[in-house]
Amino acid sequence: MSKFKKKKKGLPAISTASLPDIVFMLLFFFMVSTTMRETDLLIKKPVLPQATEVKKLEMKSLVSTIYVGKSKDARIGGDKIQVNDKIIDVSDVPSFIFSERALRKEEEVKFMTTSIKADKEANVGTILDIKEQLRDINALKVSFSTTKGADLKSNYKK
Amino acid sequence: MARRENSEINAGSMADIAFLLLIFFLVTTTMDVDSGIARKLPEKSDTPQEDVVVKQKNVLDITVNRNNQILIEGTDFVQVTDIKRIAMDFIDNGGGESAAKPDGTPGKPCDYCKGAKDPASSDHPTKAVISLQSDRGTTYGMYVSIQNEIEAAYNELRNRLALEKYKRSYNDLLSDYKDNATESLKEKIDFLKYSYPQIISEPEPIK
Repeated sequence: MSKFKKKKKGLPAISTASLPDIVFMLLFFFMVSTTMRETDLLIKKPVLPQATEVKKLEMKSLVSTIYVGKSKDARIGGDKIQVNDKIIDVSDVPSFIFSERALRKEEEVKFMTTSIKADKEANVGTILDIKEQLRDINALKVSFSTTKGADLKSNYKK
Repeated sequence: MARRENSEINAGSMADIAFLLLIFFLVTTTMDVDSGIARKLPEKSDTPQEDVVVKQKNVLDITVNRNNQILIEGTDFVQVTDIKRIAMDFIDNGGGESAAKPDGTPGKPCDYCKGAKDPASSDHPTKAVISLQSDRGTTYGMYVSIQNEIEAAYNELRNRLALEKYKRSYNDLLSDYKDNATESLKEKIDFLKYSYPQIISEPEPIK
């Protein structure tokens, strides 16, 4: 009996010395993968439509995003367009694209894509206006942002 | 006594600090991947272009009004889910010959089409135009759904041809190309794109 007791006494506690290392490893992973610069939405968060034939947007650094949605204030009707941190008019879209182009290298400009994140309830007229503006300034690569899903019926109300 | 105090700095709370930071980054991380339907807009030229004459039978007219109702060829009232089949039948019809090449070689009939070869429908996939006329008041979700269905029709046709020719679907070829960009793969993809080119026309919206 006494022999057993002696053995138990000798058993050391589990070392937690490597716990900080593990935690730090996770910490660095999340620090690196985090993208902090999310634009604050001034409009209501757009509910993206669903689609099945989606393509992933490559090269996130070359994507400029245009948000389209309803105003947060329910009294203001119509679709609002937001880029960066401000609400703009359709006619200001070219200047936004030009300012985005100025931030990129010359040779990368032709690979730039405009991602339109529009609410599924928005009017096509607004989107077509934006498209027309983009055409005018030769920003021809456009991506209609969608979520992957097969429920097309939810995209529109009967 | 003094020596004993300095002997070791207590690192036990380091884990707590690290955990705190970890939880902060866990909460603020957004891992969402942007995805969407890619479209290339037609280029705008300064000189007014002459109107290209396209035979009526080579155009599939899709009109959608402000009540999200779809009319095809001005006669048939259909649902969004029908568009894919209708578009595939239309593109893949192959009732005639392709356009003559610039160097003078006359057009050939479509040898890879599996369609009905109806002389009243499109001549050749390279001639088939899909026209999507929308109203300003149409819901964006509807518009995206229709675009999605058209894209799906083209993708399915390309997939079918790719499986026949290369024993590998178009989507697989595309992902292969992304991993390993070789000339032969690019050739295959270009051939498929050339065989079933996406010709989508979007006229001015109805006011």
